[in-house]
Amino acid sequence: MAKVIIYPTNSLILSDLVQRFGHTPIAMMEKIKEKVTTVGVDSPPMNITAEEPKHGLKYAAVEVPAGVRGRMAIVGPMIEEAEAGIIVGESPMAFGCMGCARTNELTKYLIRSREMPILELEFPQTDDEGQEFVYKIAEFLESLPESEGDSEEATE
Amino acid sequence: MNDEAVVKVALVSCGSEYAGVHGELESVASSVNAKLVYPEIEIDILDDIGKDFGIEAASPDLRLMMARAKAVVEGLSDVDGVFITSCFRCAEAAIVRNEVRRYINKHSELPVISYSFTERTTAATLLTRMEALTTIARRRHLLAREKQSGLTAGIDSGSTTTKAVVMRDNEIIGSGWVPTIKVIDSATEAFNQALEEAGVKQEDIQAIGTTGYGRFLIGEHFGAKLIQEEITVNSKGAVYLANSQKGHATVIDIGGMDNKAISVDDGIPGMFTMGGICAGASGRFLDMTAKRLGVDITELGALAVKGMEQNVDMNSYCIVFGIQSLVNSLAKGSTPEDVAAAACHSVVEQIFEQQLQEVDVKEPLILVGGSSLIEGVPKALGELLKINVLVPPNSHLIGAVGSALLSSGFVEE
Repeated sequence: MAKVIIYPTNSLILSDLVQRFGHTPIAMMEKIKEKVTTVGVDSPPMNITAEEPKHGLKYAAVEVPAGVRGRMAIVGPMIEEAEAGIIVGESPMAFGCMGCARTNELTKYLIRSREMPILELEFPQTDDEGQEFVYKIAEFLESLPESEGDSEEATE
Repeated sequence: MNDEAVVKVALVSCGSEYAGVHGELESVASSVNAKLVYPEIEIDILDDIGKDFGIEAASPDLRLMMARAKAVVEGLSDVDGVFITSCFRCAEAAIVRNEVRRYINKHSELPVISYSFTERTTAATLLTRMEALTTIARRRHLLAREKQSGLTAGIDSGSTTTKAVVMRDNEIIGSGWVPTIKVIDSATEAFNQALEEAGVKQEDIQAIGTTGYGRFLIGEHFGAKLIQEEITVNSKGAVYLANSQKGHATVIDIGGMDNKAISVDDGIPGMFTMGGICAGASGRFLDMTAKRLGVDITELGALAVKGMEQNVDMNSYCIVFGIQSLVNSLAKGSTPEDVAAAACHSVVEQIFEQQLQEVDVKEPLILVGGSSLIEGVPKALGELLKINVLVPPNSHLIGAVGSALLSSGFVEE
């Protein structure tokens, strides 16, 4: 089982596909859940405080707006944690969206910069392309090696 | 490359020509005998560079910037250094500029500077940076020097203090440190202090090196063999004093008026950045805090290590409004210890936010400059970055030591 980062980072369909093939999706939804359910932080609705944009400085310089750095404070560690990645380009908003073009550019770049297996494909426009799309993702997920932590768990 | 050769600097930008600053860029390049060149690319590359490089930037000129960076790395463009620049406050450009800088640094040995300009950027603002870039390209052999030899002196004419050292056979035998008032008078006083402590006469000195803001004036006055900007000299002095001349190191130099963050490999600067706009991120802020607290600047550090910066609300890094925050805290009953700690934290946090994004921090992290002697500063920096901060002995003398070390290269010549 590998940790697979998906792009768009909040795509329910991609997250579901990764899970169906026995891997762990690294997706925004879980991180946001952690944020909003953190007890003791009072910065509704997302519980993102002024500290997050500071943490985001690891990924983008101070000249980059606070909203990008705030998003990167969540997405950046997700990219670092990943062992593989799937990037879907040109997708409609309903498939998943970060809501910020600059964050999208930087997120995709940082995923591509990691030395790990990456599948990049465009969002399908026809039924045939849709089948091919799912087939390629399935093939990619099946080819992924198990993560190191996994084999230890299996032994236990 | 010899000292007279023209240094070819690749201009990797997204359109400085449209921002009214191009004349200034050309002017600063020619003042250090450098020539700005545009790395040539095949036009077709632009169609795929977004995917190839990895950033699908919306602005075509940023795609051009990435293509030019690739041409530099692949050796298609024969250059000696790279100047990456884009407009201040453009978020997309800031993202691309940062990644292009990292990309060139990772895949080549070329010295790189990056800068975000406004229409007010002048050649004078860029001089020290461009001088450092050309020095690294031209004088790599001199910067590779690891030991001082003979009897040499270095004078660092800084904005706030002037420092001098006399070195003999790789040892500091005399030093002087005085406030900078009149540039030549202060340099003479510091130099005389160093000569007296060393027990030698000025005429015995085989070579003098000068650095700092007053380097040209005092260099001419003392007949210096080396007159060099403070980025290369200070980083050399820092790794020498910290005994970290081999491998990676990061040097942070917090001076009286500006600060520098320099990434060093085998004693030679690779990437560097220099902050000079805001006094709130310099030793001046600490000086003003000490005055407000009624303590000598030398006592501020001891005070700061006893305090908790969290106990003081600071809403601004500005030297005016920041000091106002500290004054308000004192009025509300904060202790001088907490205020001193908050001041150190404020300076360090601003350097972290403004400077350290432009260089990749690699251990050892060497903190130098007069502010490194204020114990609260290395403590605050270590806490912020969560790494050990190394303050070498004589950390305030790095400029003078670097000058004396490098000028000894001229003794043998």
